[in-house]
Amino acid sequence: MRDCRPILLLEDDTVDAMTVKRALKELHILNPLVRVANGEEALVYLKDDGREKPCVILLDLNMPKMNGIEFLKVAKADEKLKRIPAIVLTTSKDDQDRLKTFQLSIAGFVVKPVDYVKFVEAMRIVNLYWTLSELPNSEQESANEKLQANTAGRR
Amino acid sequence: MQKPKPILLVEDDSVDAMTVKRAIRDLQANHSVINSVNGEEAMKYLTSPDTEKPFVILLDLNMPKMNGIEFLKVMKTHPELKTIPVIMLTTSKERQDVLDSFEFGASGYMVKPVDYSKFVEILRRIFIYWNSSELPENELLLAEIKH
Repeated sequence: MRDCRPILLLEDDTVDAMTVKRALKELHILNPLVRVANGEEALVYLKDDGREKPCVILLDLNMPKMNGIEFLKVAKADEKLKRIPAIVLTTSKDDQDRLKTFQLSIAGFVVKPVDYVKFVEAMRIVNLYWTLSELPNSEQESANEKLQANTAGRR
Repeated sequence: MQKPKPILLVEDDSVDAMTVKRAIRDLQANHSVINSVNGEEAMKYLTSPDTEKPFVILLDLNMPKMNGIEFLKVMKTHPELKTIPVIMLTTSKERQDVLDSFEFGASGYMVKPVDYSKFVEILRRIFIYWNSSELPENELLLAEIKH
């Protein structure tokens, strides 16, 4: 990813979460992976000012307690959270899921391939895109960036 | 096979628009390019009933009449149009522009490099990403709205 903040993963299935972790490692993506099991837990994490906000959110749709769409409705209406790019990562091919999540301003919809090699490839594409795209950073990080740009300019 | 949907490029600078078209040709991306020179024109294209809705929108920021952020505000509150992914393609590195773009629903923010081969690489990644991402069916959306 473009910066080194954590990636927040919403996934209730432990095996699926481990697959994501393994794929990120294989792709040498160094961002720490914070995994929560549903939307409710994700909101607790995101609203805790002591925790670092993620650079992107990867979310499953079918989860107990608060599912992906319910989570998006809350997060995308929250002034502090709405800017964080949220990418759906699911096995659902349901048309309504696609429609509803795009109406909630998601930044990508990846249907998880069953095959692991294909899954790694899908994650590689996600990483290539979000390595190039600017991200809505915190103030401190933007100050650091400016400093780096100035140093580079003087060389 | 179905013909790929067009790309809507909202860009007032004709040289920049030509560069995008050239890069898309070089990538053999197969998508046709519709060029609107500002947000107002883009909205006109998107809301006219007989035009094909684009696959994605590539959006510049600084344009006369209706700029990129103003366009996002209008388009992302429009029930039929809000599901189309919008990727910012601009020379601005201003943090405020990045924040505003994501605030109003952009799905990516690419800073245009001066170097042409780097520019082609950016477009390549945009196409790979959005071609591998599932996209909503406009037809379904229209059906829902008509209900």
